[in-house]
Amino acid sequence: MNFAAISTEIFILCLGLFAIVMDLVLPEQESRKSIGGVLIFSLTGWFLYMFTLYNGQLDPMDPAAMAALADRFFYQGLYLVDNYALFFKQMFILATVLTLLFAADYVQSVLRYRGEFYALLMTALLGMCVLASATDFLTMFIGLELMTISFYILTGARMNSKDSSEAAVKYLIIGSVSTAVMLYGISLVYGATGSIQFFEVCRSPHLFFPLGIAGITMVLIGFFFKLSVIPFHMWAPDVYQGAPTPITAMLAMGSKAAGIAAMMRALFVAFPMLGIYWLPMLSVLCAACMIFGNIMAMRQRDVKRMLAYSSIAQAGYMLVGIIAADPAGMKAVMFYATLYVFANAGAFAVLSVVEAQKGSTSYRHMAGLAQSAPVLAAVMTISLLSMAGIPPTAGFAGKLYLFTAVVDQGYLWLAFVGFVMSMISVYYYLLVAKAMYLGAWDGSSLAVSGSTRAAVVLSVLATLLVGVWPEGLAELTNLAASTFLQ
Amino acid sequence: MTIGLTHYLLLAAVLFAIGMFGVLSKRNIIAVLMGIELMLNAVNINLIAFNRYLPVHDLSGQLMALFAIAVGVAEVAVGIALAFRIYHDRSTINVDELNRMKG
Repeated sequence: MNFAAISTEIFILCLGLFAIVMDLVLPEQESRKSIGGVLIFSLTGWFLYMFTLYNGQLDPMDPAAMAALADRFFYQGLYLVDNYALFFKQMFILATVLTLLFAADYVQSVLRYRGEFYALLMTALLGMCVLASATDFLTMFIGLELMTISFYILTGARMNSKDSSEAAVKYLIIGSVSTAVMLYGISLVYGATGSIQFFEVCRSPHLFFPLGIAGITMVLIGFFFKLSVIPFHMWAPDVYQGAPTPITAMLAMGSKAAGIAAMMRALFVAFPMLGIYWLPMLSVLCAACMIFGNIMAMRQRDVKRMLAYSSIAQAGYMLVGIIAADPAGMKAVMFYATLYVFANAGAFAVLSVVEAQKGSTSYRHMAGLAQSAPVLAAVMTISLLSMAGIPPTAGFAGKLYLFTAVVDQGYLWLAFVGFVMSMISVYYYLLVAKAMYLGAWDGSSLAVSGSTRAAVVLSVLATLLVGVWPEGLAELTNLAASTFLQ
Repeated sequence: MTIGLTHYLLLAAVLFAIGMFGVLSKRNIIAVLMGIELMLNAVNINLIAFNRYLPVHDLSGQLMALFAIAVGVAEVAVGIALAFRIYHDRSTINVDELNRMKG
């Protein structure tokens, strides 16, 4: 039992417990911003520390290196902390820190149960970290449920809004059904192969039997629900619209990336032999996501709902990298997921300010934002352009990596669909910019606090920095992708 | 006739289908949650039957079933709390009336 392997998870759990205790200890009228501050500082510290945990290419002939590799497993192969897991965990922590930065005012002004918000956000983060490390269906299932059950509660956290409770119930019902389907699939895979560990499942010849194929299909359907891949996407727009804005941000940045992380590991470690079976299915769904996500996004009147459909399209872009099924594609997915965190953090930080102070995030309420809060309007525009993939923002570099990876594998048509659809997406992203810059200003001005300002400036700087200098992030993702499966 | 693995699997499949039908056809949130519970319990029967009848060397199936029970309880607890809140908001727990958001 090497507890150092799960130090990140222990640390996050302690932070969550700390938030609960502090919420009880602090007097009722006291602001809960201090809890958020402590969480931000500790998570940032841990984020920086995690850079020291990466290790380079290991030589399989060197016994010392192999001993080091065995050290990264926890509890008999249930849990693996490799570079891939470390990278995703760092990304989740980064997303949480940015969310905490801009959530402080929103939580204070909109939510009734403030301490619980911080505690549940930590348990959701814990679930994501468990997902990134899971090498066993049991661990994966627990991580997934820890994350989604926390999100069910957080989605319903706006006590004075009927939309919020409606979104939470929809999310809960559809999420639980997808969990049940996935569990049924896991039980069939267990029946076919006699094991629930990824490495054992991969070795079993019985996986090719109809029982195993049916199991894999159901496991994949469960993942598609979590990733809101078309045709399993119907919950996403309502949940994104009804949830408190910081939680919508976490759903788009964290929950989706965690699903991608677990799905890539399951596909590449447990089911790689069946690539001929799942690759064509995945490529059709991926194209459907890119096409319908972008087309539906055009018709929306609410920016949060528009971003929900846009996130369906983004899930399609990330699937492109999975379809490439090689280290280059995997690297592209990780790169894209990271810059998607920055773009979303910027966009949702702006939306949370607008929602907290104007009460809604429809296009009408965005009008004149360039006059009432010029910084926010600029941040929103840059973030949306990054999602559309316009240079010099990071989105361009991300899409370049994704599409070159998939073209190298011979899927030219998929890259073509992705390219055309990202051109179309510019239209509805610019509709928001049009409302902000050309819409009528009602003379009001928005108050932007220091922490929100920090969040938006950080995310925009990161978006532009990765856009003009992608090498740093690209090297890290390369390392994580090339040391996968050693 | 002896009861074998096939019977358990059939029972689980039927339970799963009934649960799925309940989720899709019932209009009351509590009834929908009961359908979800049936689906999760079908999985448990599957896991334990496989563990009992297949030549596997460990008890991971039963272990998984235990975890699935715990997680299912957590899910239903949150579900009932949310049903309570929906009732508080609109004095009904009919899922057809959850239609404020569209598009």
